[in-house]
Amino acid sequence: MAMKQSIGKRVGVTILAWTVAFLIFFPILWTFITSFKSELDAIAMPPKFLFFNWTLENYAEVQSRSNYLKYAFNSIVLSVGANILGLLVAVPAAWAMAFAPGKRTKDLLMWMLSTKMMPAVGVLVPIYLLFRDLGLLDSLWGIGFVLMLLNLPILIWMLYTYFKEIPIDILEAARMDGASLFNEIVYVLTPMAVPGIASTMLLAIILSWNEAFWTLNLATSNAAPLTAFIASYSAPEGFFWAKLSAASTLAIAPILILGWFSQKQLVRGLTFGAVK
Amino acid sequence: MATQQTSAAARVLVAPSVVLLFLWMIVPLAMTLYFSSLRYSLLDAENIGFVGLQNYTAFLSDPDFTSALLNTLILVGSVLAISVGGGILVALLMDQPVFGQNALRLMVIAPFFVMPTVSALVWKNLLMNPDSGLFAWIARSFGLEPVVWFTNYPMLSVIIVVSWEWLPFASLILLTALQSLDEEQKEAAQLDGAGPFSYFFYIVLPHIARAITVVILIETIFLLSVFAEIYVTTGGGPGVATTNIPFLVYKEALLNFDVGSASAGGIVAVVLANIVAIFLMRIVGRNLEG
Amino acid sequence: MGSIQLKSVRKAFGAVSVINGVDLDIKNGEFAVFVGPSGCGKSTLLRLIAGLEDVTSGQILIDGQDATDIGPSKRGLAMVFQSYALYPHMSVRGNIAFALKMAGEKADVIERKVSKAAATLNLTDYLDRKPRQLSGGQRQRVAIGRAIVREPKAFLFDEPLSNLDASLRVQMRVEIGELHNDLKTTMIYVTHDQVEAMTMADKIVVLDRGSVAQVGTPLELYNRPNGLFVAGFIGSPKMNFIGGAPAAKRGAATIGIRPEHVAISTTDGEWPATVRLAEHLGSDTFVHAEGDGLGPLTLRLEGEAPLKPDQRIFVTPREANLHKFDKDGRRID
Repeated sequence: MAMKQSIGKRVGVTILAWTVAFLIFFPILWTFITSFKSELDAIAMPPKFLFFNWTLENYAEVQSRSNYLKYAFNSIVLSVGANILGLLVAVPAAWAMAFAPGKRTKDLLMWMLSTKMMPAVGVLVPIYLLFRDLGLLDSLWGIGFVLMLLNLPILIWMLYTYFKEIPIDILEAARMDGASLFNEIVYVLTPMAVPGIASTMLLAIILSWNEAFWTLNLATSNAAPLTAFIASYSAPEGFFWAKLSAASTLAIAPILILGWFSQKQLVRGLTFGAVK
Repeated sequence: MATQQTSAAARVLVAPSVVLLFLWMIVPLAMTLYFSSLRYSLLDAENIGFVGLQNYTAFLSDPDFTSALLNTLILVGSVLAISVGGGILVALLMDQPVFGQNALRLMVIAPFFVMPTVSALVWKNLLMNPDSGLFAWIARSFGLEPVVWFTNYPMLSVIIVVSWEWLPFASLILLTALQSLDEEQKEAAQLDGAGPFSYFFYIVLPHIARAITVVILIETIFLLSVFAEIYVTTGGGPGVATTNIPFLVYKEALLNFDVGSASAGGIVAVVLANIVAIFLMRIVGRNLEG
Repeated sequence: MGSIQLKSVRKAFGAVSVINGVDLDIKNGEFAVFVGPSGCGKSTLLRLIAGLEDVTSGQILIDGQDATDIGPSKRGLAMVFQSYALYPHMSVRGNIAFALKMAGEKADVIERKVSKAAATLNLTDYLDRKPRQLSGGQRQRVAIGRAIVREPKAFLFDEPLSNLDASLRVQMRVEIGELHNDLKTTMIYVTHDQVEAMTMADKIVVLDRGSVAQVGTPLELYNRPNGLFVAGFIGSPKMNFIGGAPAAKRGAATIGIRPEHVAISTTDGEWPATVRLAEHLGSDTFVHAEGDGLGPLTLRLEGEAPLKPDQRIFVTPREANLHKFDKDGRRID
């Protein structure tokens, strides 16, 4: 039951809300539109909003000039791969902490969270030197491993809060039904937790996709994902806005769509369950 | 409550995560601490030696550090103020019964998903460019001289970009908190004759106070390490006008190749972050009880 | 076969002792009910038997074999949980078949056993539904079905009826009783409701703060409670306890008389009292009275008794049904 409100007031509030939302969204929309302009139209004064020659040439150009697909491939491999690895470690850990808690489980969870508080610059130097000496600089494995570690506390925390909502009775029933621990996790826990695991995975992919500190510092070309690809536009030659926009659209579109699907779970993941 | 069998299994299952995170946190941190006590330049790798706290005294007394610290605080403080203040307003607006609420939510949350390098470049070029940017056109159409954003107001420009990235986060979380406000409480307050302002200050604000705290703390952690936005727009300049601590450490390490000094800076950043972290952990920890 | 023996079973969570040395012998085919107030340890005792908790010390024997260190999945027992604990992502068929699948039974055997169990429990039409599409009583039946297909050595029920409404509870009580008559398998049933205990049990085990207070048939417990705790717990409304002079006269520290074992007169009798409230149920009348110098008394009269608040009455206990207890609360014969 909403508060009583006249239709007039509701329309007014609606217009205001849409204006605010439009302003917030506008830079993304503008990037999207600009990506279909010629470079000349892109810098035209006054700006051309909708009436210009729509063209796809920027997208073709971006791919041919800087091999967008390679970077996109790296982004996908890194963000999906790192988090699949992460889940393999995190699901058992979250099971253990949610369903067989010990005296120190709470401290352990807090400690895991605290690793997330470590600013990256605090460990940039040793990680950089270690990677250099181990030959991991600019390698997908090395960067994927870092991304996995970055997200591991979030994975464990989110899974933990989801698992906590599953009644332990059901797992005990499986035990009474003769299920081994492996069968209990595979046949009973996992199917029940699929929605939670999926949204955890989604959030982790978004975070990895957009991670820019480590990817910019540890990857130069072979393993560079889209963050680095875009950064290469910061020192461009000639007209480049339309191409920048096309590249940006390509870089953010997949994750924007994923993000829209996962926004409900996002709140919980980003606040470590403190706001639901 | 569990049997010994399950607790034994639990320990085995937790172990990989604990070992990985331990190595990830402790080993590099110990190395950073160790490096921070060395004279260690990658350009002069033969000449490594113990110098005690000298890197710290040098780093801390460097005027660049003072300005980087100040820049960090200004950046964090301003973005917090803008995103939390704006976030409350946006959340209140979105919580009204408006037409097309879901579409609105999608539009408002969108900037959060944009990777930082994209946001920074789009703002710097498409919007804030003094010749052909959209803002310049708006200024001209009002007969004003366009602002040369990143040259004349570099810090303000960075703050605007970063605020745009974080406003959606604050809005979304505060909106979620608002929506958990009991409808009956709203109606009771109406019956008690509360006007919109007293309703906001006595009912709404206390209800979302915790969410606000959480937003502030989490944003602070991320804002203390803003890097990519500066990297692709100003490169820390002009001069050191937009160099914050992460960027300073990056410059020392990967541009000046001074491992010792960069490590000392890294430790300073860790100390700063930990001060915030302690507060966040208290709040999350309290939540764990319930 | 399904006899269960407990030998000095103790359970402590850290420093808190929950079960303090329980010895118990449940024979094959018996319907045993663990009853007691909340926190008495009855559910913990059941979970110890199930193997969902480890004993701190003592032994659990199933069919004479030491099962103390065997995991829950290998004890051959089936359990029905208070929350039913159905697998929400599996159909009714999947739920009932799960244990058989875990045991590696062949598909046709599983199908046959599931159909048979479903027929017994009137679930045949619901086999392809998910638990959330079922009513409370149906879920309860699925939980029971899941237990019976395994043909376990014994069934363990953990307050299985407490989530059902009153009329359904009576119906399921009867169904479980009939199931026991059909299967003749050992059942251990935990409840805090002494009516369920009295109506269903062959043997009642009354638990008090982690110890067995008394074991016996329902009527033994009703007629000869061995102490104040059991006397007060079994029977509804509760037994009246009276100390002081009336008890001393009979050589006891406390005497107890059930509400139904008194005579009431408006003219004379042993204990003068004032009516506070009369509850007219039609078949019975429950009278709450204040005995002069005795405190509150609950009385139960058959049929309609024309009593009103503030009316003076006289209460006389039937000596044959009087229970006497010493100063430690133990029964005196």
